[in-house]
Amino acid sequence: MTPSREISVTVNGERVTVRVEPRKSLVDFLREDIGLTGSHVGCEQGVCGACTVRLNGAIVRGCLTLAVQADGAEVWTIEGVSDSGEIAALQQAFLARNALQCGFCTPAMLLTAAALLKENPAPTRPEIREYLSGNFCRCTGYQAIVDAVESAASDMTGAGS
Amino acid sequence: MKPAPFDYAKPASLEEAFSLLDGHGEDARLLAGGQSLLPTLNMRLSAPAILVDISALEALRGISIDNGMLRIGALTTHTELKASKEVARAAPLLAEAASHIAHPAVRNRGTFGGSLAHADPAAELPACVLALDASLEIAGRGGTRKVAAADFFHGLFETDLGPGEILTAVEVPVLRKGFRSGFAEFARRSGDFAMSALAAHGRFDGERVHELRLVYAGVDIRPVRAQTAEQTVEGKAVTADLLADAMARLGDDLDPMDDPHASGVMKLHLSGVLLGRVLSAMAGAHR
Repeated sequence: MTPSREISVTVNGERVTVRVEPRKSLVDFLREDIGLTGSHVGCEQGVCGACTVRLNGAIVRGCLTLAVQADGAEVWTIEGVSDSGEIAALQQAFLARNALQCGFCTPAMLLTAAALLKENPAPTRPEIREYLSGNFCRCTGYQAIVDAVESAASDMTGAGS
Repeated sequence: MKPAPFDYAKPASLEEAFSLLDGHGEDARLLAGGQSLLPTLNMRLSAPAILVDISALEALRGISIDNGMLRIGALTTHTELKASKEVARAAPLLAEAASHIAHPAVRNRGTFGGSLAHADPAAELPACVLALDASLEIAGRGGTRKVAAADFFHGLFETDLGPGEILTAVEVPVLRKGFRSGFAEFARRSGDFAMSALAAHGRFDGERVHELRLVYAGVDIRPVRAQTAEQTVEGKAVTADLLADAMARLGDDLDPMDDPHASGVMKLHLSGVLLGRVLSAMAGAHR
């Protein structure tokens, strides 16, 4: 009834061409068709932020973007930015500060924090909280996550010790 | 949940978009950023047969200033609105309000035109375009028409857009000398829809305020002007006594209904607090 469409998307630097149903979300496409399960599916209504991925350089909700809308686009997921080393300082800070327990929200937290630090290399704690306010964590509370982002920022800018 | 199946088309021109809308009638829905539409599809509150993705229509893009008018293409994202030098200069209210919309990842996709066409009663931008006396450009088969923001919002998610029509741009008069604006809102959590939001715009002559427009979101089925409060402060210096007087009269303008986030009484109270904060900030801006 609704024929699938062929889309080509560059995922983590590699071009893939697959057929998807128009209703398939970008995050389901990444998980089910490409096998990249680091992006998580939580609420599927844009509230929890667990599905955050980078589309043409900007973070988006993977559940509120259709795979067909990403045709021709460049997508980076947690797997790609992890392998490239781009977010190594943030990852190290999350580990050092115990900024995760179950880890469900962590990939999206890292991608969102990386977007913040790109826009604003030395954010204040309220700025960190505000920027991460669309990403829910149900284990740690946010104190350790804010600590981790703050310490990663100061390590990266060389401002702190 | 996953949405019900739908078909998808991405027209390359307005003409092609009109044909798709004509051909599918009420079974078609326009898709721009999708940040309001896709949640309703995922929750199966709506099940259109086809989505018409208008994101490739270049005519709906861009921000420019010409002849005293700031023109903002309907596909401008909230992030672009917030970052635009033209918007910061000609309509700073829009940039200020954009910071209150949802979260960065949603602002990167959600569009100005989409927010207006969706007409959520608690959304920020409908209140702003009303405060700024903007006009909305609407294209259809028969040509293009312009509608004043004051005539665009009919009710709960209802607008002046007819079948087969597409909102293409918004025109805002460039900020004139002496005019200032302000925005504030109360939400349960940062990024949530407002329990009450206030967009204000008016002219200051020394301490005195003139031609003030106070537009509230989140308190009625559409954005509403608080005209009694506006008249109360007209031509007067903004003092604590005047603000108390205007706040006391807000009940003549607003009659918020209870909703799951706040009671009507609480919304009215919060609306008064916003009035005091926003107007004080605007009056203080020149000191």
